[in-house]
Amino acid sequence: MSLSREQMAEIVARDIPDGAYVNLGIGQPTMVADYLRPDSGVVLHTENGMLGMGRPAIGDEIDPDLTNAGKQPVTELPGASYFHHADSFAMMRGGHLDVCIMGAFQVSARGDLANWSTGAPDAIPAVGGAMDLAIGAKQVFVMMSLFAKDGKPKLVPECTYPLTGRACVSRVYTDVATFAVEPDGVRVVETFGITVDELITRVGIPLVPSPFD
Amino acid sequence: MIVSAPEAVSAVEDGHTVLVGGFGMAGMPVELIDALIEHGAGDLTIVSNNAGNGDTGLAALLAAGRVRKVVCSFPRQSDSWVFDGLYRAGQIELEVVPQGNLAERLRAAGAGIGAFFSPTGVGTPLAEGKESRVIDGREYLLEYPIRGDVALIRAHVADKMGNLVYRKTARNFGPVMATAAAVTIAQVSRIVEVGELDPEVVVTPAIYVNRLVQV
Repeated sequence: MSLSREQMAEIVARDIPDGAYVNLGIGQPTMVADYLRPDSGVVLHTENGMLGMGRPAIGDEIDPDLTNAGKQPVTELPGASYFHHADSFAMMRGGHLDVCIMGAFQVSARGDLANWSTGAPDAIPAVGGAMDLAIGAKQVFVMMSLFAKDGKPKLVPECTYPLTGRACVSRVYTDVATFAVEPDGVRVVETFGITVDELITRVGIPLVPSPFD
Repeated sequence: MIVSAPEAVSAVEDGHTVLVGGFGMAGMPVELIDALIEHGAGDLTIVSNNAGNGDTGLAALLAAGRVRKVVCSFPRQSDSWVFDGLYRAGQIELEVVPQGNLAERLRAAGAGIGAFFSPTGVGTPLAEGKESRVIDGREYLLEYPIRGDVALIRAHVADKMGNLVYRKTARNFGPVMATAAAVTIAQVSRIVEVGELDPEVVVTPAIYVNRLVQV
């Protein structure tokens, strides 16, 4: 059985080291917060200037001055701090952020990331903080379905969409397998309802089976 | 120092570059933007993280036809129909800048830095035309400062000298934009006497602030 979005979020959460400083991208990565253990000590960073971000705000908690990067109202946890945008991005670029989790259109076998533009001629370009996060965080985890709606793999020999960052992705969490991007190639860490042979056939890039398979 | 919104924005002239604080609506100086629309200056370059939400604030300034160019990181949002329409009609220029480079280019302007090498954007379409250099084995792109003629920002509390304190994530671009413009105008919810703000909690020192508007 392939994984649901919730199960993917749970698996990503399991791989975040205790005490890590983590940035969750907009959309599916936001769900990872629901599966972090309360005692994990993981501190969430939001690029609009906060460490120690709490869960989404509801009812009377909603404060227009307290939002996440997706501009949704959130709460603050004890130990939270606020800082301006230049400090927030210096924090990433300076290598202080342990993990960032983002969605992707494509990831290449080398760990190149494409997640900001499909390159369509009529698209309005908008990058936000994706390029800064991609090259700034110590580890970049990608969450995506392995195959696009047309069945084409999104883990590819070379990205055909415009890049967000070069050789920056370390892990790719998909609905049918988890991959580690390593210097000697892409390793299959875990599979869900698919065999490694099937993966190799359908993905079309060399894959290194996990030593435990 | 303490003036009305119309008096404050009279500093803006046709063709100016105006830095506008805010991330979405958090920290957006809406009343100053409304006053700028009334003021009538046009042919503006607006530097802001987004390109307007809904029909108010920055979106209203764009809709009034006062903006020639937008420099921002993320113009495309679910409620950015005003910008989208102008862009698709070829009626507005757009320079997309990665958010961290946008913040750092503003910071550089305020700090007197001539240019800096950033690793952000290497290998992407946004690297086109930029000088690159390998430093200690890593590739960087040369990025230039973004200076404003006027900055419009929103803070929480000011003292009468112009020292500023912000509130939560509404701080965002305010402190760096305050340093990067020839004239910085801050709208605040409250103005207190000099000496009432704890010097240890002042985020933007008064040296960067030229005009205060209480709203």
